Amino acid sequence: MDIPYTVEARPDTGVNNAKLGIWLFLASEIMLFGGLFSAYIFLRIGAPEWPGMMAGHMYGRASDVLSVPLATLNTFILIGSSVTIVMAWASLMMNRFDKYRLFMGATILLAFGFLIIKGIEYTSKFSHGLFPSESNFLGIYFVLTGLHAVHVIGGIIINSYFLGPGTKLWKTNPKYFTNRIEVAGLYWHFVDIVWIFLFPTIYLL
Amino acid sequence: MAELHSPEEIRKHVRVYMMVFGSLAVLTIVTVSVGYLKLPIVPAMIVALFIACIKGGLVGSYFMHLITEKKLIFWLLIASAVFLFIMLTLFIWAHNSQEGGYLVS
Repeated sequence: MDIPYTVEARPDTGVNNAKLGIWLFLASEIMLFGGLFSAYIFLRIGAPEWPGMMAGHMYGRASDVLSVPLATLNTFILIGSSVTIVMAWASLMMNRFDKYRLFMGATILLAFGFLIIKGIEYTSKFSHGLFPSESNFLGIYFVLTGLHAVHVIGGIIINSYFLGPGTKLWKTNPKYFTNRIEVAGLYWHFVDIVWIFLFPTIYLL
Repeated sequence: MAELHSPEEIRKHVRVYMMVFGSLAVLTIVTVSVGYLKLPIVPAMIVALFIACIKGGLVGSYFMHLITEKKLIFWLLIASAVFLFIMLTLFIWAHNSQEGGYLVS
């Protein structure tokens, strides 16, 4: 079966193929993160203490173990990157390729900023002997935030391609290029939404 | 989102994006502030997840343009939510059918 790449909405689905494809992918991602959130819920309701005993210390709240200021900063960074990527798309819609480069570059920089802060957090945990094997809390913390970080890395790769070699398409077919940025943006916003739920669940409760 | 074409329409939407960004920033501050109140777990969870739902809704509605999206996408999301609910129900059923719980030794 031939599925042509087109930016026009199909009469049967009402949307273009790329958009339907990314939403199908995001639906599968909802199930992936949903499964892990379910694991978190059941680990938590089954635990007599949460976060509990770790490296010889008893912790009563997640915020006693994890850095809320760093996670808050990361929340602002991801929210900011959601704005910059939607602005990158809007710039293309207004035929402003110079602004697109600026906003897409900012999105990538913010994503790196997020990973650097996450790296600082992880390093701090490891230096205190807090490894995933130490407790259920740390296990689910590292799995959830680690998987999210992998998605951020995936976003950086995609967005970097569209800031670098992928920009050739803008010269030959700006409509296709704009469509691809919209689709890349949908993925990036999803990564932001996951963090919006991860942050209070893991760090504050 | 295919309906947005004219630069003027896009400019209007850019203003909305900035307002959404401001709202998300304020809601993040509220979330953290509530966290520092150290409420009991159930009200803390309700408040935190309620705010997270609003924030997620804002990102989905305006940044992901769900507010102007076609029905098919909504059906896709509803199907995801239904499957997620079924998965959670199965977990609850499995958990409750185990005497004393099995998740934590």
